[in-house]
Amino acid sequence: MYDIAIIGAGIAGSYIARELTRYKLDIVLLDGENDVGNQITMANSAIVHAGFDAPSYKLKGKFNAVGNLMYDKVCEDLDVPFKRCGSLVVAHDEYEMATIHELYQNGLKNGVPGLRVLFKEEVHAMEPNISEDICGALYAPTAGIVSPFELCVHVAENAVDNGVTLKLNHMVSDIKKHDTHFEITTNSGTIEAKYVINAAGLFADDIYEMVGDPYFKLLARKGNYFIFDKEAGSLVNNVIFPCPSKKGKGILVAPTAHGNLLIGPDAEPVYKGDISTTTERLDYIKENALKNCPSLPFNKIIRSYAGLRNTPVKDTFTTTDGDFIIEESPVKGFINVAGYESPGLTSIPAVAHFVVEEIVKPMFPAIEENHSYNPKVRKHLRFDEMTAEEKVAIIKENPKYGKVICRCETITEGEIIDVIHRSAGARTVKSVKKRCRAGMGRCQGGFCSPRVVEILARELNVPLDEIMYDQQDSTFILSGQTKSVKEEA
Amino acid sequence: MIYDVVILGGGPAGLAAAVEAKNDGAENVLILERDRELGGILNQCIHNGFGLHTFNEELTGPEYAERYIQKVKDLGIPYMLNTMVLDLHDNGNLKAIHVINEENGYMIIETKAVVLTMGCRERTSGAIGIPGYRPSGVFTAGTAQRFINMEGYMVGKEVVILGSGDIGLIMARRMTLEGAHVQAVCELMPYSNGLVRNIVQCLDDYDIPLKLSTTITFIHGKDRIEGVTIAKVDEKLKVIPGTEEYIPCDTLLLSVGLIPENEITRNAGVVMDNRTNGAIVGELRQTSMPGVFACGNVVHVHDLVDFVSEEAVLAGKGAAKYIKGDLDTNVTFTTTNGDGIGYVVPQQVSMKNVEEKVTFYMRVRQVFKDKVVNAYIGDQLIATKKEKKLLPAEMVNFKIAKDVLAQYPAGEIRFVVEEAK
Amino acid sequence: MKKDMTCIVCPIGCQMTIEEKADGTYEVTGNTCKRGPKYAVNEMTNPTRVIPTTVVIQNAMLPRLPVKTAEPIPKGQIFDAMAVINQVVVEAPIKTGDVVVKDLLGLGIDVVATRTMDKC
Repeated sequence: MYDIAIIGAGIAGSYIARELTRYKLDIVLLDGENDVGNQITMANSAIVHAGFDAPSYKLKGKFNAVGNLMYDKVCEDLDVPFKRCGSLVVAHDEYEMATIHELYQNGLKNGVPGLRVLFKEEVHAMEPNISEDICGALYAPTAGIVSPFELCVHVAENAVDNGVTLKLNHMVSDIKKHDTHFEITTNSGTIEAKYVINAAGLFADDIYEMVGDPYFKLLARKGNYFIFDKEAGSLVNNVIFPCPSKKGKGILVAPTAHGNLLIGPDAEPVYKGDISTTTERLDYIKENALKNCPSLPFNKIIRSYAGLRNTPVKDTFTTTDGDFIIEESPVKGFINVAGYESPGLTSIPAVAHFVVEEIVKPMFPAIEENHSYNPKVRKHLRFDEMTAEEKVAIIKENPKYGKVICRCETITEGEIIDVIHRSAGARTVKSVKKRCRAGMGRCQGGFCSPRVVEILARELNVPLDEIMYDQQDSTFILSGQTKSVKEEA
Repeated sequence: MIYDVVILGGGPAGLAAAVEAKNDGAENVLILERDRELGGILNQCIHNGFGLHTFNEELTGPEYAERYIQKVKDLGIPYMLNTMVLDLHDNGNLKAIHVINEENGYMIIETKAVVLTMGCRERTSGAIGIPGYRPSGVFTAGTAQRFINMEGYMVGKEVVILGSGDIGLIMARRMTLEGAHVQAVCELMPYSNGLVRNIVQCLDDYDIPLKLSTTITFIHGKDRIEGVTIAKVDEKLKVIPGTEEYIPCDTLLLSVGLIPENEITRNAGVVMDNRTNGAIVGELRQTSMPGVFACGNVVHVHDLVDFVSEEAVLAGKGAAKYIKGDLDTNVTFTTTNGDGIGYVVPQQVSMKNVEEKVTFYMRVRQVFKDKVVNAYIGDQLIATKKEKKLLPAEMVNFKIAKDVLAQYPAGEIRFVVEEAK
Repeated sequence: MKKDMTCIVCPIGCQMTIEEKADGTYEVTGNTCKRGPKYAVNEMTNPTRVIPTTVVIQNAMLPRLPVKTAEPIPKGQIFDAMAVINQVVVEAPIKTGDVVVKDLLGLGIDVVATRTMDKC
C-alpha cells in the first residue's frame, strides 16, 4: 500500500512527486505512456511566462509570477537549460496599445518585476527583425525559455532518486474508493494507495469520473508548431507575442533553450489524442508569425508538430472559469490537479509547493521530514556546451565522450549511455532524443538513429528490432532481420 | 607535426582528393573520417552502376570505394576513423582543426591546406512538413538503406516512397528483393528526380508504379505509420481537391533531396553560394579562404560518383599547388546561371591554374527537349553544348577549352538554355 | 514489331527504338554507343539483370556482406536467385570477388562478394 499514488507523469505529476519526497512518504507515480512527460509536456511553447496575463484572483494569476521566480534555482538543481530571455507583447495599433497597458497594470498586481511599456524605437533597438508596422510593446524581462521535456525528465529522475516508485505503461482503467484507501486498476496490475493525486493532464476529467461525479470537463485544443534550424535561432532574442485576444495568446515567435527558433501555436478544439498537423493550420501559423517577424526563413524549418492543451470548459456543471483546478475533490482523499494548461509549466514549482504544504500535509498529521532529500540531480554532461579544457578532461576520463553519434547537435556516445542508465532513464529512440537531443537537429536522426538503436540495444541487452521509437510494442522501428536464415549468436 | 593537406571526410571525394594531393607532391596528407570505416556513403550503396566513367566497368558502391581505399593504403596515406571535426580555424598560413575521438581524445591538428569533403545529408520529413501524425516507420531512404544493407534489418513490409530521387528508386528495388511490397513511388514534380535507368531497372522491372505530380497530404497512424493519403498536384504544385487516395502502409521512405553538409564550412567563415548550398569555389575547388578547398557533394550534389572523383582530383591538385605556392589567386572569370540553369560550379576561374580545359557542372531547372546550353561572355557566344534531353536529375558537364577562354581577358561567363539554331 | 526503350547500360539512359525485321534480325536506333543495340536485343530476347544484394556474414564488423551476381541473370529468375542467396552464410575474412555461391541456379554464373571484410 502506497501513501500516495500520482496519476500522470507529466510535468505536474512528476514535480508534485518530487516535492512530496521532502517528506517520508511512500509514493508511486503512474503513467500510461512509455516515458515520462510524453504528452502535453512534450509539445508546448516551452515558455516560462512572466505572469502578467492571468488576473490575480485566479490560481493562474496567483502561481504564475511566483513560479517564474523559482525557476533559476529549480533549473540549477535539476541541471536543465533555462534562459531568462525576456518577452515582448507587440502592439500594432492604439487599441492593442490599450491592451498592453491593461496587461502592464495586471502584471503589477501579480507582482511581475521589471515590466515596461516600450516605444516602437525601443522595441526595434532590442529586436531589429520585428515588423516596422508596430507601435510599441510590453517588455517583461523575467520571461524565459526552458526545455520542458528535459525539465520533466530530470524532475522525474530526481523524484526516483529520492524514493518515488515510477511505473510507466500503467494505464489507469478504473479506480475504486474503499474506506481506507483507493484501488487503482491499470493494464499492468492493481495499485493501492491511501490518497490519490490526479495529474492526468488531458484525461484528468475521465480519471476523476472513475471515482466522483463530474464537475469539470477538459477540452483538447490542438496547437501546431514549427521548429527552425539553429541558423535561424538568433532571429529574435525575446519571446515575441502578438497582442492577446479572446482567442488566446496568439502565434508567438521564440528562441528555444537550445538555440533553435519556434513558432506557433494555433488553437483548435479536437478530440483528445489528435496530434496531427494539417496544411491549413500550418499555413495559418506561418501567415500570423510573419505579421510580427516578416523575415522568418521558412526554408530553415526542420520540424513541424502538434501538441494538445487541456482547457477546462465552462458548461452546466463547470465552475472553473478556465482556471486551474487544484484542490481536494468532493471525493475525500482524492486531489485534482486538473485543467493544467498554460501557464502550468511556469507555475509548477509554486503549485507543487502549494499542493504538498497546503493540501497533502494536513492529511498526514504525523508526517515526518525526509532528511536525506536531495534536490539536485547528478550533473548531466553536455559535451557541446563544454569548454575545450573540459572536453579534453571528459574524454580522458571516459573515452565514449570522444565519439560523436549525433553530428548535427554534437551528441556523444557517452551522453547517450548516460541518459540510458540514469534513473527514469531512456528506453526508446524518442526518449534518448528528449533527454540528450540526439536526433533533434537538422538531419532529424537520419544519420544517428541507426547508431542510437544500436546503443540502446547494447546497453539494454535486447535485440535491435525490440527497440521502439516511442510507445511499447506499437512503435517498432525495424520489422525483423533480412535473410531467412537464423543467425547463430 | 604540421600536415600539408588534411582531408575532412573519407568518402569518395576525400579518398580521391587525398590520392591526388599525395601524387602531386604533398608529403604529409591525413584523412579524418567520422564513421567507423573509409568509403562514406558508398558502403551502403551496394547496387551496381558506379565507375563506368572512371574505370570503364560497372562496379557496386563498396567495390568503387575499395579501389580508392586501396590506393590510399598503397600510398601510405594515414587516416583516423571515428574522428569528429568540431571546428576549423584559419590562423593565416596554418589552419587549426579541432577534432575528437575515443583513442586520442581532443586534438588540435595543424595543416597548411584543408580539403572539405563532408558530403551531404538527406532532406527530412520535418523539412518538407508533411501534415499528419509523427509515427515511427518514416525513414529517409538513406537511413533505411543503411539498416537493410549494413545492419541487416528490414524497416517494414508495406512501403510507400515519396520522392523519386535515385536513392528512393534504388530502395524500391532493394526492399522488393528483400521481400517487402512497394506500393508506389510518388513524385511531386511532373518528372522524375532520378536517373532514367533507375526507373527502368528499379521500378518498371518490378511493376512498381511511379506516380508523377503526386504528393502525400497526410500521414496516418499515431504509433507506427498505418497509411498515407496521396493526392495529385497541379502545375503550381497545389493539391487538386478530390484526387485524394488512401494507401495503407507500414513504412514511408523519403527521397526528397540532398543538402550539402556545410556546418564546418559556414562556421569557419567560408563564403557560400545559396544556389548550391555549398562553398563558392574556383576551377581547382579553392574556396574564399586561402588554403581551404572543397569538392564532391559538399560543394554541390552530384548524381554520379564518377564526377565526384573527377572533382576531387581538381581539389587534390589545387591543395598540392597551394602548399608549393603555385596557386594563382587572381580571378579571371566569374560564372553565373542564366535562363533555365539552376547553378554553375565552379563559380570562379583563375586562368593561370587552368591546364587544358575547364569543366563546368550545372543543373537545369526543368525538363528541356532538343535545346542547347550556351555560354556567353557579355554578348559573345563562346561555346555551345547540344543535348537531346536536359533533365534536372542529370548534371550537365560543359567543357570549355583553355584556348577558347584565353581569348577573353576577363568577365562573367553566363550559361543559358536556348533554342538550338 | 517496334518497341521504345530506355537503355540502362550506363547512366546516360539513351532513348532507343528497336524493330524486329521480317528475317528475325533487329534494328536499333537512338543509341549513342555500341552497347545499346546489344542491350536492346537482349531485352527483346532474354532480358537479364545483375542482382546486387547481401548475405549473412559471421565474425565480421557487420552482420551482412554485400554481393552481386558476377554476370547478369535472366530477369524471370531474380526471385529464385534471391531465395538461394538468402540461405547463404559466410565466415569472415572475405575478399572482394570471393565466390559465395557457385553456379547460381545452374546458370553458370557465380555470386561474388563486393567488399572485403576482415575477421573481428
